Amino acid sequence: MKNGLRVLVHEDNTTPMAVVNILYDVGARDENPEQTGFAHLFEHLMFGGSVNIPVYDEPLQRVGGENNAFTSNDITNYYITLPAVNLETAFWLESDRMLSLAFSEKSLEVQRNVVMEEFKQRYLNQPYGDVWLKLRPMVYKQHPYRWATIGKELSHIENAHIDDVKAFFKKHYNPQNAIMVVGGNVTTERVKELAEKWFEPIPAGEKYVRNLPQEPEQHEERRDTVTAKVPLNDIYVAFQTPGRQYKGYYAIDLLSDILARGNSSRLYRSLVKENPLFSEIHAYMTGSFDTGMFVVEGKPLEGISLEEAEAALWEQLERVKTAEIAVDELTKVKNKTESTLMFSEMSLLDKAMNLAYYELLGDADMLNHEVEKYLAVTAAEVHEQARKIFRRDNSSTLIYLAEQTEQEPAGEVV
Amino acid sequence: MLDRTSAPDFKTVGHIDLIQPRNIKFSNGVNLFYFDSPEQELIRIELVFGNLKFDQEKPLLNQAVMAMLTEGTGKLTAAEIADQIDFYGAFLQADFGFDQSQLTVYSLNRHLPKVLPVVKDIVTDSVFPEKELETYIRNQQQKLQVSLKKNDVVARRVFNRAMHGSTLYGFAAKAENYQQLKQADLLAHFKLMFQPANCTIIAAGKVDEETIKLLEATFGNDWTDSAYTADTTQPTLHPFDEHFYYVEKPDALQSAIRVGLRTINRPHPDFPALQVLNTVLGGYFGSRLMANIREDKGYTYGIGSGITSLKHCGSIFIASEVGADVCKAALAEVEKEINTLREELIPEEELELVRNYMLGSLLGSLENIFSHADKFKNIYYSGLGFEYYERYVEIVKTVTAEELKRLANEYLDYSKMYKVIVGKY
Repeated sequence: MKNGLRVLVHEDNTTPMAVVNILYDVGARDENPEQTGFAHLFEHLMFGGSVNIPVYDEPLQRVGGENNAFTSNDITNYYITLPAVNLETAFWLESDRMLSLAFSEKSLEVQRNVVMEEFKQRYLNQPYGDVWLKLRPMVYKQHPYRWATIGKELSHIENAHIDDVKAFFKKHYNPQNAIMVVGGNVTTERVKELAEKWFEPIPAGEKYVRNLPQEPEQHEERRDTVTAKVPLNDIYVAFQTPGRQYKGYYAIDLLSDILARGNSSRLYRSLVKENPLFSEIHAYMTGSFDTGMFVVEGKPLEGISLEEAEAALWEQLERVKTAEIAVDELTKVKNKTESTLMFSEMSLLDKAMNLAYYELLGDADMLNHEVEKYLAVTAAEVHEQARKIFRRDNSSTLIYLAEQTEQEPAGEVV
Repeated sequence: MLDRTSAPDFKTVGHIDLIQPRNIKFSNGVNLFYFDSPEQELIRIELVFGNLKFDQEKPLLNQAVMAMLTEGTGKLTAAEIADQIDFYGAFLQADFGFDQSQLTVYSLNRHLPKVLPVVKDIVTDSVFPEKELETYIRNQQQKLQVSLKKNDVVARRVFNRAMHGSTLYGFAAKAENYQQLKQADLLAHFKLMFQPANCTIIAAGKVDEETIKLLEATFGNDWTDSAYTADTTQPTLHPFDEHFYYVEKPDALQSAIRVGLRTINRPHPDFPALQVLNTVLGGYFGSRLMANIREDKGYTYGIGSGITSLKHCGSIFIASEVGADVCKAALAEVEKEINTLREELIPEEELELVRNYMLGSLLGSLENIFSHADKFKNIYYSGLGFEYYERYVEIVKTVTAEELKRLANEYLDYSKMYKVIVGKY
């Protein structure tokens, strides 16, 4: 549109529903280091009423719609599903909050409390819940990925001021910074008409030019140990990886599948089943836009020393660098990826979210070529990525140590 | 000039089109229900088996048999099963449910001829190898230790146990229950449970002639019942007399709360209206509990209420994790909201919103062919037909505020509810 808003349509008349997904190109990485957790707090405030509409949820529920949102380190994504006949209600609501929020003190105060309870519920009051608060600053020294979306500490949220909220909105919440995907039982013509009516009058706003400190390559081994009231020891080894646009991304993704996807994966088979040293083990990558993380995590069995467990884990990482990856093994992870992508096509909402995400990456059409990119990966490429990533001097190891206390009573009255 | 202050016109959901399954009974008694949607080349197949009667002496067998189902057969090791399923990009998931348990297969149609023989081997010839059982016991005991550190998990365990007593619904596994597991018991349980007479197959996706033939060839012909019938009846529920449980966790930043009681299930005529009442109370983002306790007071990240419908009873409950310092205040608000429903009529505007929300939500829950199969399972296992959904829609549209007040007085009595607090109080 003239104001810079990008609008995509995905027509699917097999459903009576419509989806409106709006992605704002702002995440926790865009925060001020002294005001972390702000992008996510702001997401909550987006439901506190807009300039012309005092409450957001109620009018949507009244027409049979549902909505939610999430914030990551890279993006903030809002979505609505509603009966397609009531599509205009979604345009009315979303355009008004893109135009301007109500900025009420009461809403800020309540959402500060809600987010602080979320902080406690998900990060502080759970066994191992604070692991990301500790691991991120080990992997990242410069890049704002060093804090989690919830924020560095409760005080940053506690101290959020209404003026900061207004400034954040002005900087990031404008049409130039947004991508809208409308999907389901809609026509492109109708979407165009509604977009022109509700979104085109919104001023373009100022363009936010992102200029973040990039993370320097890591060249020293990092290690930390924390002791906490958890029942079992836990080992996290995180490696830096290139960002999402890196051409080796697909090989790295398959590498994580070879290591840890499903019961036939290497880590599960060798370290949980054949030579049982762990009760559970995982490997995954974050897929961040900038420098990402490849994380290998496992809980050693009771009676297994951390040294032994860690050594066994490294043995597997060393093996995947050089030892042959059988044709069948590579075909297996490719087949798995192909069917996962096909099954995810069954969800209209996932489709809309993915289109917005790929459009932000550069082109929504990339979504249609993901399978080919996975299928083209060779064993040599997987080896190459494993050799680049699994270096001691690219690792950050966090040992989560179970506090040795006297046996607590079971804590249950049943 | 564009008027941004008034909402656009809208339409209410008129009717809901549900897809009904086709049904074939194989000669060995296996009942196949299928939903054919030829657009995608993929399929979900659920093999559903009724749980065996709960045995207090061996309480974990139903769960353990399901969890270990893919750990080895007479022909295949656990590793070989995993290799074959993963190689063909399929997914195999064994889930224990309170009434029925199921093995679900997700696969692309083109790989089905390779995947189904493995599934057949699992449901007819699982052997629960000793070594795999040891691994299972060891790992589950470790996982249990972590789970018991989660206040919401503990609250759910205490609550279910109090409400349902010593039954499959109320049982909460302890470390020693895992220790008791014996291969011979698992095998005996499996052989009784996994028989054609106790098996229903629900397939959704591309289910063409060829697929049906394949399903029949795999699960219909040579697979026969044994001389012993599976006993899937369950012992009577004996709820505990004590209604208040406080599990203190001195370091807790938040307390998990769970409040509720046993109630009617889906076949009862009041059930759809009770769902409306539940939605008003805590069943959606704009509900009274959320509006008051999260959006007004900021005591919690989330609070909600829910209704479950099981074969032998239903239950209605409220669950949340609230700041430890405001736990008493939060519970007082829960009580207040329940009492308001008993004393005052729900305003028409709010009721209208909830009606529209529920109908939109039902429509939106029919996202793809799998969702239609899920809707069918709800009614099939409640002994109801598709007219249930017609009635449901009708009641959501027409139930009156007076009727909902009557239901609140009949089904929502705070003084009779079980109350569980894990954390600080």
